[in-house]
Amino acid sequence: MTVTVDTTAAAALALGDDALVLSHRLGEWAGHAPVLEEEVALANIALDLLGQARVLLSMAGDEDELAYLREERAFRNLQLVEQPNGDFAHTIARQLYFSAYQQLLYAGLAAGDGPFAPLAAKAVKEVAYHRDHAEQWTLRLGDGTDVSHDRMQRACDALWRFTGEMFQPVNGVDADWAGMETAWLESVGEVLRRATLTVPEGPRTGAWAAGAGRQGLHTEPFGRMLAEMQHLHRSHPGASW
Amino acid sequence: MATAATRDTAGTTAYGTPDATGDTTAYQRAFDAAVAADDRIEPRDWMPDAYRATLVRQIAQHAHSEIIGMQPEANWITRAPSLRRKAILMAKVQDEAGHGLYLYSAAETLGVSRDELLDKLHSGRQKYSSIFNYPTLTWADVGAIGWLVDGAAITNQVPLCRCSYGPYARAMVRICKEESFHQRQGYELLLALSRGTPEQHAMAQDAVDRWWWPSLMMFGPPDDASQHSAQSMAWKIKRHSNDELRQRFVDICVPQAESLGLTLPDPDLKWNEERGHHDFGPIDWTEFWDVLKGNGPCNEQRITQRRRAHDEGAWVREAAAAHAAKHHGEARHTGQTGAARA
Repeated sequence: MTVTVDTTAAAALALGDDALVLSHRLGEWAGHAPVLEEEVALANIALDLLGQARVLLSMAGDEDELAYLREERAFRNLQLVEQPNGDFAHTIARQLYFSAYQQLLYAGLAAGDGPFAPLAAKAVKEVAYHRDHAEQWTLRLGDGTDVSHDRMQRACDALWRFTGEMFQPVNGVDADWAGMETAWLESVGEVLRRATLTVPEGPRTGAWAAGAGRQGLHTEPFGRMLAEMQHLHRSHPGASW
Repeated sequence: MATAATRDTAGTTAYGTPDATGDTTAYQRAFDAAVAADDRIEPRDWMPDAYRATLVRQIAQHAHSEIIGMQPEANWITRAPSLRRKAILMAKVQDEAGHGLYLYSAAETLGVSRDELLDKLHSGRQKYSSIFNYPTLTWADVGAIGWLVDGAAITNQVPLCRCSYGPYARAMVRICKEESFHQRQGYELLLALSRGTPEQHAMAQDAVDRWWWPSLMMFGPPDDASQHSAQSMAWKIKRHSNDELRQRFVDICVPQAESLGLTLPDPDLKWNEERGHHDFGPIDWTEFWDVLKGNGPCNEQRITQRRRAHDEGAWVREAAAAHAAKHHGEARHTGQTGAARA
């Protein structure tokens, strides 16, 4: 597949924004995790994602200009990754859905020879760890106590409607989107069943048309997240840090 | 203690408790000899009860400080002004959680459990460093914490790498390596601000003004008011007095402040040729004791957040325990936690 530089930049922005925004959300957990080992693990995942975001955004332009000076409508991330942390179950459900997607996407990209192959080859190793972490916690919470089972089920149900967007083709990313979606449904479904959870049955495209986040249409909590993330940088125009 | 006299041929301690008569004299003599010889005391060695209690108190307080110390810095993770700085800060806060884990493990070798210690922290029966009761009001505070607070911590902790208790000394070796890295990053953050716009320079100066004196208080009360010092030095848990370390820290910081282009907020600070040290002004010990007693700017906030994280996480820990109980005996790899890689 031949892509122009501009297409690659736009695609890098979409994938970079996913990593940037999810990293930010995970960063909000610092000092609030249920157990010290999870302080380490969540920060570790957040750092991996931030590393991916920096490489990807740099492919699209200046990483800090892109992160700190774009407004909400110019961000191209999936709506899934901007969802608030909620309780630990919501964070884990979001991680399970996203890391399973990222693992499929990066494994495919790493195997190809496109512009994202080098990044994907490194990231796929990190993502395998993220996926394992999310899967183990899905099993513990789903097949733990009655309380944790109910919380995990609610979280999986609540975020299900954001999962369809992941498989809307991104222009400039050479992937088998339909094949990935089938594989994703199968592998996530298998984890949920092992965790004694019910695979949600609701729609997977949410209130906006699928692909909304990729077009800059986001959910309400996202604007507030950006306000916090960007305020200091914007308060000192042109300063370097 | 790694002396042949107290170990059997398998290399483990031949006896852990005094004999039926309760006579500890021989054990005490062996312990004293090991300390005198700069040998390391190890978990299965006999040790005086007071030595054990002192170490539990000190290591727990140290662990708690790492955990509470995550809060003032985590306060700025979501607002870090560049992605590079954000990555550095996230890595640092992650390291602090890791340091907490090393230290709780070291404390556990003395026969207490992490849960027990956390419970004491949450109920206020054990303390953490007074420094973390100060708020981080600007981004520059992150740099000031790195440079001054981590700098003071390193000055305190490097001698602990030679502490008589083996597990604590070994934890400190690992921690000091990472702390030195954090300290350099904090210095470099402040340098960028100091050389930046006038607003950034002012932000850096303001942070140093607010963190300087609390950092000097990290070395603890003056020698004549330090109740644990003499015994801790005799046991070689401590190697230098509070005032000695504080002086060393001031002497290190003065030239660093100069090269940063920032001033230290002490009109009495000046080189004393005769002593070969910097003289510095009096510390406000009333403030120190106030903060220690719980009346600092953030005491209530810090402990409330820690308790809330713990309480709100109870269902998660219960789930993990229930899952482990149900699946006991299954392949171990399914029980691997995310932290295993970290």
